[in-house]
Amino acid sequence: MTSALETRGLGRRYGSQWALQNCTLEIPRGTVTALVGPNGAGKTTLLRLAVGLIRPSAGSVRVFGLDPREQAGEALPRVGFLAQEHPLYSGFTVEEMLRVGRKLNPGWDDAGARGRIAALDLPLEKKVRSLSGGQRAQVALTLALAKRPELLLLDEPVASLDPLARREFLQSVVEAVAEHELSVILSSHILADLERVCDHLVILAAGRTQLAASIDEIIASHRLLTGPRGEAEDVSRMHEVVRESHAERQTTLLVRANGHIYDSHWTVHELDLEEIVLAYLGQDAVRRREAVAS
Amino acid sequence: MALIEFHLDSRSGVPTYLQLVQQVRHAVQLGILRPGDQLPTVKEVVTSLTINPNTVLKAYGALESEGIAEGRRGQGTFVMSSAPSPLGDDVGKLRRSLRNWFGQARAAGLDEQAIEALLSEQRGSARKVA
Repeated sequence: MTSALETRGLGRRYGSQWALQNCTLEIPRGTVTALVGPNGAGKTTLLRLAVGLIRPSAGSVRVFGLDPREQAGEALPRVGFLAQEHPLYSGFTVEEMLRVGRKLNPGWDDAGARGRIAALDLPLEKKVRSLSGGQRAQVALTLALAKRPELLLLDEPVASLDPLARREFLQSVVEAVAEHELSVILSSHILADLERVCDHLVILAAGRTQLAASIDEIIASHRLLTGPRGEAEDVSRMHEVVRESHAERQTTLLVRANGHIYDSHWTVHELDLEEIVLAYLGQDAVRRREAVAS
Repeated sequence: MALIEFHLDSRSGVPTYLQLVQQVRHAVQLGILRPGDQLPTVKEVVTSLTINPNTVLKAYGALESEGIAEGRRGQGTFVMSSAPSPLGDDVGKLRRSLRNWFGQARAAGLDEQAIEALLSEQRGSARKVA
């Protein structure tokens, strides 16, 4: 079966600056993927490329095997995109937004949308501008879901929300995944809320993919090694060293292990996802990868 | 309404799906869930915990392969008759002595960590004997 999203050597340049470079990844259907990276890492660029809002400067992007620009008519009805600012017409009421949605989208699920609005206690007659940030986000999500997409792209969906609204928004997302055949990619510069919700993770930094895998696999393969200060060469021959640091008498390595680590020199510790992500976002790791790539 | 409600300890380091598996196992062992009882639906768990549906499916899959639960197409997941039977009445005495022991440990001024250390030490030596 074709992937929900697949990129090969994908890049986008603005002038001489690459916003995204050499990005190759594959996101299986039915997954919820966190796209994590610092601001300016290329997350928004990747999502905009996936919905054909911008053209690649290099490489290719496919959604369900289709080119989002060349085959827009076939590809785009299957993709929902929610931009960071939850764009809605502020002078419209919720009711009017629903009517606009129905007019613009052929496969519109009006009953589903109205059911969600009612379940969330959102007043139909209220103007968008007088809604709270959390309510606005929920209306925008309702519109995106009513299109009945098979792939939903959410750009920093919870960044502007308070903790309760954040939880409610993510709850709506996972409920939609449980109800429909839906794949979701959501970008964020923080991981904390997403860890429970996502089963796949893509880390972008400095315009490149640093890591793309299932979260189970990421947790299972990463280990922290501590041992007497010395060369890490033996380890780096077998395993990928993400980060290394040296104290006066001790060396600490964070590795993506290729099978078991047998070397008795090292004490092996497990890591949680946040520690792993932070290691990849560290300058040391990013530089290391740039050196490998060039 | 679901028969049991899951909860998550995000600091435990135990993967989410395993926490769900353990909670079902405990509920069965304590007789809270009995053969034929329905586990919370995927949708119910997803809504109450805000977690990925695949995590719930993974947990229920693990319970199926352990012979604790079975999925019935279109209906949900149920506790199997082959599930381990609940702890009998004879554990009442053990339970009481354990409760006493915890009371004594606290009275002796032991904190959680000291209690945990003692427990794992004894668990280890009990295993060696057995």
